[in-house]
Formats: sequence, C-alpha cells, structure tokens
Amino acid sequence: MLSHPPASAATPHSTFEPRIVAFFCNWCTYLAADLAGTSRMKYAPNIRVVRLMCSGRVDPQFVLNAFAHGADGVFIGGCHPGDCHYQEGNYKALRRYQLLRRVLKEMGIEEERFRLEWISAAEADRVRAAVNDMVEKVRLLGPLNFAVSDQQTELLGAEVVV
Amino acid sequence: MRYAYYPGCSLRGTGRAYEESLVAVFRALSVEIEEIDDWNCCGATTYMSVDELTSYALAARNLALAERDHTDIIAPCAACYLVLNKTQHYMREYPSIHLVVTRALGAIGLTYKGRVKVRHPLDILLNDVGVEAIAAKVKVPLNGLKVAPYYGCQIVRPYATFDDQRDPTSMDRLLSACGAKIVRYPLKTRCCGGSQKGTLPEVGLDLIHYLLMEAQKNGAEVISTVCPLCQFNLESFQKEAGDRHHPTSIPVLYFSQLLALALGAAPDSIGLQRGFVPIEPVLAGREITYA
Amino acid sequence: MPDVAIQSNPESSRIGVYVCHCGTNIAGTVDVRKLAAYAGQLPNVVVSREYKYMCSDPGQALIEQDIAEHKLNRVVVASCSPLLHEPTFRRTLGRAGLNPFLLQMVNIREHVSWVHLDKQAATQKTEDLVRAAVRRVSLHKPLEKRRVSINPSVLVVGGGIAGIHAALTLAEAGKQVYLVEREPTIGGHMAMFDKTFPTLDCAACILTPKMTAVGSHPNIELWTYSDVVKVDGYVGNYKVQVKHKPRYVNEELCIGCQECITACVYKEGKTPDEFNLGLSKRKPIYLPFPQAVPQIVVIDQDACIEFKSGKCKKTCIEACGERVAIDFQQKETFDEVEVGAIILATGFKTFSPDPNPHYGYGRYPNVYTSLEVERLINAAGPTGGEVVLRDGQHPKAVGIIHCIGSRDANTNRWCSKVCCMYSLKLAHLIKEHTGADIFNFYIDMRTPGKGYEEFYDRLLDEGVHFVRGRVAEVSDWAVHPSEEGKLVIRAEDTLAGFVRRVPVDMVVLAVGLEPQADAQEVRRLFNISCSTEGWFLERHPKLAPVSTFTEGIYIAGACQGPKDIPDSVAQAGAAAAEALSLIDAKFVELEPYTASVLEEECSGCKSCVPLCPYQAIAYVNETQKAHINEVLCKGCGTCVAACPSGSIRQNFFEDEEIFEEIEGVLTYA
Repeated sequence: MLSHPPASAATPHSTFEPRIVAFFCNWCTYLAADLAGTSRMKYAPNIRVVRLMCSGRVDPQFVLNAFAHGADGVFIGGCHPGDCHYQEGNYKALRRYQLLRRVLKEMGIEEERFRLEWISAAEADRVRAAVNDMVEKVRLLGPLNFAVSDQQTELLGAEVVV
Repeated sequence: MRYAYYPGCSLRGTGRAYEESLVAVFRALSVEIEEIDDWNCCGATTYMSVDELTSYALAARNLALAERDHTDIIAPCAACYLVLNKTQHYMREYPSIHLVVTRALGAIGLTYKGRVKVRHPLDILLNDVGVEAIAAKVKVPLNGLKVAPYYGCQIVRPYATFDDQRDPTSMDRLLSACGAKIVRYPLKTRCCGGSQKGTLPEVGLDLIHYLLMEAQKNGAEVISTVCPLCQFNLESFQKEAGDRHHPTSIPVLYFSQLLALALGAAPDSIGLQRGFVPIEPVLAGREITYA
Repeated sequence: MPDVAIQSNPESSRIGVYVCHCGTNIAGTVDVRKLAAYAGQLPNVVVSREYKYMCSDPGQALIEQDIAEHKLNRVVVASCSPLLHEPTFRRTLGRAGLNPFLLQMVNIREHVSWVHLDKQAATQKTEDLVRAAVRRVSLHKPLEKRRVSINPSVLVVGGGIAGIHAALTLAEAGKQVYLVEREPTIGGHMAMFDKTFPTLDCAACILTPKMTAVGSHPNIELWTYSDVVKVDGYVGNYKVQVKHKPRYVNEELCIGCQECITACVYKEGKTPDEFNLGLSKRKPIYLPFPQAVPQIVVIDQDACIEFKSGKCKKTCIEACGERVAIDFQQKETFDEVEVGAIILATGFKTFSPDPNPHYGYGRYPNVYTSLEVERLINAAGPTGGEVVLRDGQHPKAVGIIHCIGSRDANTNRWCSKVCCMYSLKLAHLIKEHTGADIFNFYIDMRTPGKGYEEFYDRLLDEGVHFVRGRVAEVSDWAVHPSEEGKLVIRAEDTLAGFVRRVPVDMVVLAVGLEPQADAQEVRRLFNISCSTEGWFLERHPKLAPVSTFTEGIYIAGACQGPKDIPDSVAQAGAAAAEALSLIDAKFVELEPYTASVLEEECSGCKSCVPLCPYQAIAYVNETQKAHINEVLCKGCGTCVAACPSGSIRQNFFEDEEIFEEIEGVLTYA
C-alpha cells in the first residue's frame, strides 16, 4: 500500500526516444557544451545542436519549423541576462520565447517541449543537467506527432486566398 | 494559537523541573499548549544509532499525531528537538526513508504530510511572544544575577533555525529582559559529553569540568541550560569533576526556571528546591525575593 | 585566391565529406566507417572519406587533392568543435582555391563521442548531424572577411605589477600606452609586501624602479585615481572613456614635497589608513605611501574639514605657498581615447575572514590577516617594522593558519596558490624580527615553483614548527594555567595522531585570493566573460591563458586566477606580446557574419532600427528603407530574426541555411 509510485516504473512511453533540436549561442552555451565534452560529462544523445552566433538570431519560425518536421522538443541556450556577447540579443530571445510559448500552447504543444536556458561558457554541468532533464520530461509526454508533410502544407496553403 | 506540546521522556523523569517551569512560563504568558495525546519516545540519539530507519518511524509517529490538529510542535528537550527536526528533514530529502516511514505510519492508520514545524521554546518565547511582552510581565526582577548561558550542541547543530549557529543569543536576550546579567561564556555551544560520562568517563568528565570551570572563571553565579542531559551532567558530576580537577560550586538550572521565577512562579512549584548546588543562597545574595 | 566558380544551386553542388577519427577520441565511440559510408550515399555527395587525423597535414592534403580531382565545390568536415579547427579547414579550402566559407563543420567529438556512452545512438546522431550539414552547405555562398585597420595604442587597466610590466613592455616597443589605475598610486598589492618569496627580495626595491620607469616613460600616459567608464568599438578600434576622480590637487603643479601634510590642521591622522589596512591613521590630505607614483598628494573629501564645513584654516594651501597646487574646486574630468587593444590587469582581493568566526578575526584583537602582518613587518609600515601585539608587546609564540577561505566548500573551493609560500615567508620574517616560536598549521604544503621547495627546507632548518591539520578553532578559554591570557589554537595533528592545543600570543590567518569585488561590473564593461568563480575567463586554459573570447582584449595577472609575482609578470609579458602581435599585423580580419537589408523586400516598417545595440541600422529617408552599416554590424542576427518581411539576411546564417539544417537533423533524406 504505497502512497508514492516507485520512480523507475515503466510507462507506455519508456521506449520512446525524444528528438530535441537545440539552438545554442556561439559564445556561451555552445562553449559550455564543448566544455562538457572536454570534461567528458555524459548526457542523453537525443539532442541535435544548431549553432548560431546569438540566441537573438532564433527566429520563431525556426522553432515552428522544427516542431513541424518532427521535433518532440526545442531547446534554446543563450547567455545569462546582462552577459550577452552582443549586449542584448538574449533579451530579445527571451521576449520571443515568452510569446511563442503561449502560441505553442494554443497549438497543443505542451510547455515542457519548449525550453529556454541561460548557460554561461563555464557552466558545462548545466548543459548536461538541462539536456537530461528535458529529455526525461519530453519522454514522459510522449511523441508530438506534429510532423506536417510538404504535401499537406501545400494543400493547406492552397486554401488560403491571397 | 494552540501549540502541540511534546514533552518527551526526560521531562517526565529527571528533567521534571524543566516541564514544571516551562508550563508555568507559558501560563504566565498565555501561551496555549496542548499535550499530544499518546505521544511516544522519540528514540533520541541512542535509538538512531541502533536502527536508524525504525527510529525515524518512531519519531514520525509523533509528528503525524500532532499534524492532525496543529501546525507547530513545541519540543523543549534538545534531543527531541533535534530528532524530530532530523526526521522531518530526512523524510523530505530521501524518498527511500519517506517511503518506509509512510508505510509504517500507514500500518497504524496514520499519515504525515510534512506540514508541522518543530520548534524550540526559546524560539516561541523570542519570536512569538517577544522580549518586550516578557519584560512587561516580570514580577521578580533578577537583579543582575550573573548567568552563564549554556546552549549545548543539539539546538544549534546541525539545525540552527532560530539563532546563530556559532554565537546564539536567544537565551541571553530573554534572561536579560528579566534583569539577569549574562556573563562572557565562550563555551556556550560546546558539547557536555552527552552520555560519555557513562561510556567513556575519562573524556566525559573532562568535558563537564571545562564547562563548569569556565563559567566559574567568568564569575557566573548560575549556569542556565536548555537540555535535560546537559543539566544532568553539569549538576550531578560537578563534585566528581571538582575532586579530579578544580572544585566548582555553581547551581545549574533550566532557563525556564529562571524565567518562571522572574514571572512570579512559586519557587517550589518550579523545582528550585531539587538542585544539588542550592540556588537559594545565590538568590538571597542578589536580594531576589520571590512571591 | 581565385574561387572556383560556384552556384548556390543545390543541384550543382559537389560535396566532399570528411569524417575524422581523431585517433580513438571519435572512432572509439562513433562508427566512423559507417558514418562515411552513410554520407557517401547522400544527395550531392561526390566523395566521402574517413581518416585518422583530418587536421594533420596529410589530412588536409586529402581535402585539397579531392577538391582538385573531383572538382568539389563544397566541403563538410565532421570532427572536433568548429571553435577549434574551423579556421584550419577554411584555410585548407583557401589553399585549394575554394572560398573558405564553402565549408561546414560538424561537431562529432565534444558534442557526441565525448559525451555519449551508447555507441549506436552516438553514430545515429552523427548521421543526423552530417546529413544536416550536407543539406546546409549546398546553400553556402562565397564570403569575404572584412579587413579593419588596427590602432597601435593600447589601454592597460590596473597598475599593479602585471599592469606595470605590460605597460613598460609595450612602451619600449614604441607603442602609446594609457595606463589607468583607480588608486591614487600604482604599485598594487606588491607595494604592500615587505619581502617576496623565495628569494626574500625587498618588494619595494624591485618594484619602485619599474614604477618610476612607468611614471617617466614618454610613451606611457599614466592616469591614476581614474576609472574606465565606457568602452565602445571592436578589435583594433576601441573607444574608451576614462573618468579622472578629483584629488583636489593640481597634478601638473604638485611636486610631492608633502609640506601640506605636515601643515594640515589635523595634528594627528584620524582616518584609517587604507595602505596600512587600518592599522594606523592618516590625515585627510595624504600620500598613499612614500614611494607613490605619481608623487602627488590626495585630499580625501570625506575626511577633510573644508568639505564638511567650508571653514577650515586651510593651512595646507598656506604651506604649498607659491606652487598653488591645491584646488578645492577641482571637478572630475573625462578623457576619451582610441586604442587598438586592451589589457586587463585588475588584480585580486584577499579573502575577508568574517564568514569564519571560529578563527576569531575581529573578536580577538591579536588575530591578524597575513596582509596586515606584512604591513607590521614592513619597515615603512604602521609600527616601523616591529611585529607587535595590539598592546605593543612582542609575541613569544605565533600561529600561522593556512588555507583561510580556500579549499573550503563553505567559502571558496579553489587553492589560492600563494598562501603556503607566503606563510613560510612570514614564518621566517616573524621569527627573524621577534625570535618567537612559530607554528604553521597546514593541510598540504604546496611549494611547486622554482626554489620554493628549497625555501620550505630552509624553514624546517630554522626551527619553525609545522602541524599538519586543519585548525578547528581559535579561542581564548584556558584549560591549563599555561594557557591563561593566550589565544589557543586547536587542531588535530594528523601526523602525530592526537588533537593539539597550542597557546600563542598572535594568530596570523593566511587568507586566500578572490576576484575583485567589482569583477562582474568590470568584465561587463569590457564585454568579456568570467568563470563561475568570478575570475576573468581566458580563451583556453592551456593554450590561450591571456586572451579572451573578445578579440583585442587580453587579461594578465591575478585577475585571471590566483598566482604569484613571477607568473603575473610572465602573463603580463605574454599579453603585451599578443597585443603587439595584433598591432604589428597592421590590420585584422573580421568574420563576415554581417547582416544586410534586401532593399526590394524591405517595407520600411523600421522594426529593426531600435533593435541594434551598436546602432548599425539606420532608416534612410530617401529610399524609405532600412540600411545596415557593415562596419558597425557585429553579426548577432537579432534584426534578422525580427524582420517581419524577412528582408534582412545574415551572411553564413541565412534563414534558408538554418531551415535546411533543422530539417536535416530531423527528416530522413
């Protein structure tokens, strides 16, 4: 008669491997991920990193594009507020993230699937922890199955009157 | 608010004076307490060294009982205070302990959700009642009675929630408000040896001696304690320590006895007559005449 | 370098894929042969190889050969982090006649082989990443780096030994140096020491000639009592604004005779003397220490009566006489300079023992920090070189406690590197001055430098007692009569196996080194990073210890991490050399990741204009379009992401390129 379920219980989704697309800024998070590598830290292999110069470069379309092509989660990594290599790019990323998060929710994409983390160049362990954490959270949510084929997009587009 | 009151075994045994005086203090200050019905021994440090997991369950039963009607437990005995706090902390921190204890409690129809705060009387008096309120109710000022404030270790290590870990002053402030003079006492948080007087007497007796000696050196007329075992050690073995090293002759009281005295309680009702080293001459010397 | 004619039309791209083994670093986890084979069958991939060390000469030659033989016009290299070898492989392409930016690197080492245990999952990940790179690289366009000229002047921030050495090195090379120091004098911490380890050289004797050289060098503009307040620009072209705090003394007219100090209405000093760490008092008008450079007095406006009441007799002005150097009306002034490179040498601060009350600092008067004892030992210090207790008596026994604040999970985890050596030095000097019994309490004895271990041996021969054990507490309660009136140090002597109580008269806390209190503000000002501990972050801990990730800005000395004087001087020389290397190249090439507006698609909405922190975007009234100044653009891409009509493009990070990369990692070709 346990009041808490054991932590390692197998769930229907436990064999599902989430696919996470990550946008890392060159100066902080990408470097931290490199440092995690040189330090031989180990983390989940589900993440695919796209390198950008600044988290401010992340266009909301990138995020939508990722989900539309089969990503189960999207992760943006940037410098801590105040530390952006280009002064304020990360603040803009934050603003876009806040709005986009709500839009995604309306579309039925859960909050845990879209994550923004501030990780500085020396914080290798945070990369490891954040990736592992996100993979587990998305694993529990299951696959997004949002993939829209090009054909479907075209059909949808044809219905829009220009 | 009504506090759950957890006396623990010592306060019904050798630490009787602690309870008698504390109850008198609470009555004088209108602090409402309700003894937990059917409380059990907390296991203290001894049981925890024998069977850790069971000892948590033992202690948690009291927490579960209290949680039914209250949000705060007052645990005057330092060991009970530590054990209950530790049990709570470990249940929160370690899921495996939480699991076992929850199952054990469940077997007797109890649950514990972690919503009770385990508090020390010093904390209640200082933070809930307040120094000014206490000073206002003083009927028998302590006339500069020189007190060495001895906190011992269990209410400051490892959990120091209501006072500074290295230099606690809660007892200092309360007793000063009653007119006592707090003497310099660098050993205020030093261990008294606990049960070592029994198991390793050559170590235990020395520790007791240092505490007594330093209090005497700094001119203390009385040592004020918060823990039944500290009080027992310092009082009962004072002669033996004195025979071995240097003689000391200082009365050892609970802080609540001094407080109760100041608030007008009858001396016989708060156990002042039971001290190995009598307090009466000291009080007379300070012209502290009680009601 | 002639470019091979290319189209950014995917159909015509001919891609070469190169998978590096990196010995077993990659090949030990990733199935490199499978990866190369997989890449080989992707669309537009003409040749796909795997090789042990792609960055080696033969590795690079492979690429060059293939480019010629197979007429490749795009290259993908799957190996280590681009931050390491992107420049290497770009040069390879250049040598082969291809534009260097027709390369895409894939990080399969730091981001894959070194961080994943599951070999199958790792190989699958590399296949996804390489597929994405193959799709992206087809869209790469040829780009040219931007060339900017370098201003040959250098700004050095911080006038301690590191800043002084860097400034002199650069000045001797004929460069104009601006040395900014926030205290009224240069010299830093070294000026406070008595002797330096292990040679026991007199600190002032070896420092003051360098200080004087700085003060008189024609190429050094020395600005003391000044702060940098604004930094703009980029490598080779920094614009720096410096604020000069008012000394209330005209620097051109003061000759440092100090008559004003003698004449001050305060017969005795009442303000704690900062240079003597509060162990003595100074007057409101003062010289920080006798060998100060510049030899110009300062007036402390918080202590001076004239500022408080306006009614002082001003005997200082009287004493100054015809020189008329004192000016109570002086205001702060500003200067703006243009420099090509900046060296930060802002030093350290010592750990303040307050979080460790069990050592008794502040509670027991005769507990000192090591820096305070340096001042006592120094003949020019508050006690004229007498090591005495607060009551003036000489100590008969002194305890020196190592590792205060360092190697401690509660305060600072790092080892401060210099404390063992200076504790040995202090043991020697205190014994020399007082003949007292000295006890050093240490955890480990760290004496790695040249002559350092020999110095330790010398101390052992001098009869200093060493107790290996972490001190639990310093207290004044006595167990035996012999301990009465003493400070008792309790420590477990781990080599002997029992707990010791050592009664002493004086306790010296060997405090560790920490970053300066304003390190975060300073590094934001210069746009560099700090490590998690707060030290300025070097570009690479082994191979680039004095440069930062911001081009043109270098760091030297203790601001980069705890170190002794020899290492500080070495780093200062290194930073100066790197700055000279930058300047003598005459120009620097900047990455071409700039953004530009495609005018035919710009709607003139002006959303982008306020977004740029470098004000690189302007709205042009004549054309009613936005325009980006390529020189000012740093290439962050924020405007690109923001443009509602998608009319701003970023070189090398175009929307289409990124979409290909995203889709590439997700969909199967």
